[in-house]
Amino acid sequence: MKRSGIGKARLLQGNEACVRGALYAGVEFFAGYPITPSTEVAEAMARELPRNGGKFIQMEDEIASIAAVIGASNAGCKAMTATSGPGYSLMQENIGYAYMTETPCVIINVQRGGPSTGLPTKIAQSDTMQARWGTHGDYTAIAVAPSTVKECFEETVRAFNLSERFRTPVTVLSDEVLGHMREMMVIPEKGELEVTERHKPDVPHEWYKHFEISPSFVSPMASFGEGYRYNVTGLTHDEDGFPTANPIEIKNKMEKLRFKIERFADEIHKIRMDMMDDAHFTVVSYGSVSRAARQAVTMARERRIKVGAIQLRTIWPFPDMKLREMFAGVRKVIVAELNMGQLVNEIKRVAPRHTEVFSLARYDGEVMTPHQILEKIREVIK
Amino acid sequence: MMEKIAHGSDVTHHYLRPKKKFPNVWCAGCGNGIVMGALIRSIDRLDLDKDNVAVVSGIGCSSRMPVYLDFNTLHTTHGRALAFATGVKIAKPNLTVIVITGDGDALAIGGNHFIHTCRRNINITTILIDNRIYGMTGGQFAPTTPGGSFATTAPYGNYEKQFDVVKLAIGAGASYVARGTVYHVQQLEKLIEAGIKKKGFSVVDVVSNCHTYYGRFNKEGDAVEMLSWMKKHAMPIEAVRKIPPEKMKGKFVTGLIHEHDATEFTHEYQMMVDRLAQKEAEK
Ligand SMILES: Cc1ncc(C[n+]2csc(CCOP(=O)(O)OP(=O)(O)O)c2C)c(N)n1
Ligand code: SF4
Repeated sequence: MKRSGIGKARLLQGNEACVRGALYAGVEFFAGYPITPSTEVAEAMARELPRNGGKFIQMEDEIASIAAVIGASNAGCKAMTATSGPGYSLMQENIGYAYMTETPCVIINVQRGGPSTGLPTKIAQSDTMQARWGTHGDYTAIAVAPSTVKECFEETVRAFNLSERFRTPVTVLSDEVLGHMREMMVIPEKGELEVTERHKPDVPHEWYKHFEISPSFVSPMASFGEGYRYNVTGLTHDEDGFPTANPIEIKNKMEKLRFKIERFADEIHKIRMDMMDDAHFTVVSYGSVSRAARQAVTMARERRIKVGAIQLRTIWPFPDMKLREMFAGVRKVIVAELNMGQLVNEIKRVAPRHTEVFSLARYDGEVMTPHQILEKIREVIK
Repeated sequence: MMEKIAHGSDVTHHYLRPKKKFPNVWCAGCGNGIVMGALIRSIDRLDLDKDNVAVVSGIGCSSRMPVYLDFNTLHTTHGRALAFATGVKIAKPNLTVIVITGDGDALAIGGNHFIHTCRRNINITTILIDNRIYGMTGGQFAPTTPGGSFATTAPYGNYEKQFDVVKLAIGAGASYVARGTVYHVQQLEKLIEAGIKKKGFSVVDVVSNCHTYYGRFNKEGDAVEMLSWMKKHAMPIEAVRKIPPEKMKGKFVTGLIHEHDATEFTHEYQMMVDRLAQKEAEK
């Protein structure tokens, strides 16, 4: 990797940090279509990839972008795209194809306000649920979320690792403010962060099953041109990749899509806790809201309120058990988010009976402020 | 490569998947099978290594073809085959990438991808099986259904206008545009073969029969009758060039209709990469 400025501290924008992270993880292919506030990712990829042995293409729309990404991934590339609300909506059918065909790929969604064209230049976290349930059918999704520029880098690396490890699409839920803010960060040295490579088959060609059902659930993946000559289809298929109508094969496939991720959820969950040790109250959030939440909690502590902050760096699969444990001594939870209340329903679902859940929802295109959260803390502890 | 046997079904079997997937999903007599045979024979004549051929398709009766073929096969979503294929080709330019698509798949839902892939002139060969109807969903009209024809969604006759695939592809920049039929199989094989050889985006529009829906709704008869219609109405481009346009009424052109040389997408990309590397080295 050239020109990545490894080691030195540098001022980077969130979107740029995603690109640096992708390069660190070994991205080889990017296809995208411009959309605010994600465009800087495509622009940086257009500059960097041709100089780093990679491939860049601007496609005719987002449907084509994710299609090209999935095609490239099947041809053996670590591949990604970047978009925002309307583009993410357009991609959904083919993201479903990636789930069904177990094709690794990364989608960076720099969220803005919706529905429809909504608020192109303003912040929101309105795709929290779309990242989980965006495409039709049953499947288990993975979505990760940074809250700082440094985390934009780290979460993009992690998104690639998880997508290769689990043979599945992974969404990075960024947002307008995070994508455009600048912070100092040191780009990690090679080897400092783990980089996962695709698990390749080691069996003779005629033994290979592209969708093998094995105890580890995730089957090795050969690429086009390596002599395995397998079939890939979005139709529900058997282990060889041939369409099936056999109820047992259908059930096995559906369960594989779910359990290959859910059984290993511990590997995927990532939660940051601040001042949670003795907390009776807590603020749960993700993304740039977590920045405000940490400040609000610090301010509340100065007022001797026993409150802590929980930042979800993995949104999906939802960390049910972990949160339940964390809520053991917590009486009240505030869920702060930039939408009309999406995450809050998940928290209500997992909260133990003794924990009351409150929603702090902002959906006017503005950032969540520490004062707003502090006010809510003071209101609920009364 | 495995030793090949020169003729007939042995050649075909060499390129078909041995595992379980026959009989196929197509109606007896459907043109899709004829196109599959022609494709196999042209690939065989080109002596391509099976490992280095990728066949990509969308959704439709025609798009089911790759499942049967013993290559690297990607059966994708409705209309998007060309976008997936573009990703495959850019990622691994050494693969021969062939797209199988229907007229609905390529021209309705996938129309945008079709014109942009023509424009990029990327080295992909598209075989567009043009049966003038949506076969898989049971006979709705397509962008190619002739005016006045009947379809389940045109019960009183189709009042829409049609795409001329050939003009569309030429206008959008494809460097090789041909039309064949499932009656003229030897010509079709040659057109596909030359399309694959051409460095650039190739479109082979194949006039095909969906007797089950189009033929039945429009009283054009069974597969045999529809094929004889093709025999009677196809006019080779060489002949067309010699006759006045009014004599073409009710007929359609076949053969290699357009070819030009233009730089190809993956080649252009590689040249840019090389230029950048050279600049870097000079620093
Ligand atoms: C997004 C989406 N919309 C609609 C369909 C339903 N559908 C499947 S095949 C098809 C039309 C196929 O027609 P054509 O491409 O002409 O192929 P043929 O079956 O005639 O070979 C349609 C509309 C689908 N699979 N996906
Ligand atoms: S419905 Fe038409 S296109 Fe489909 S297999 Fe039957 S004849 Fe062929």
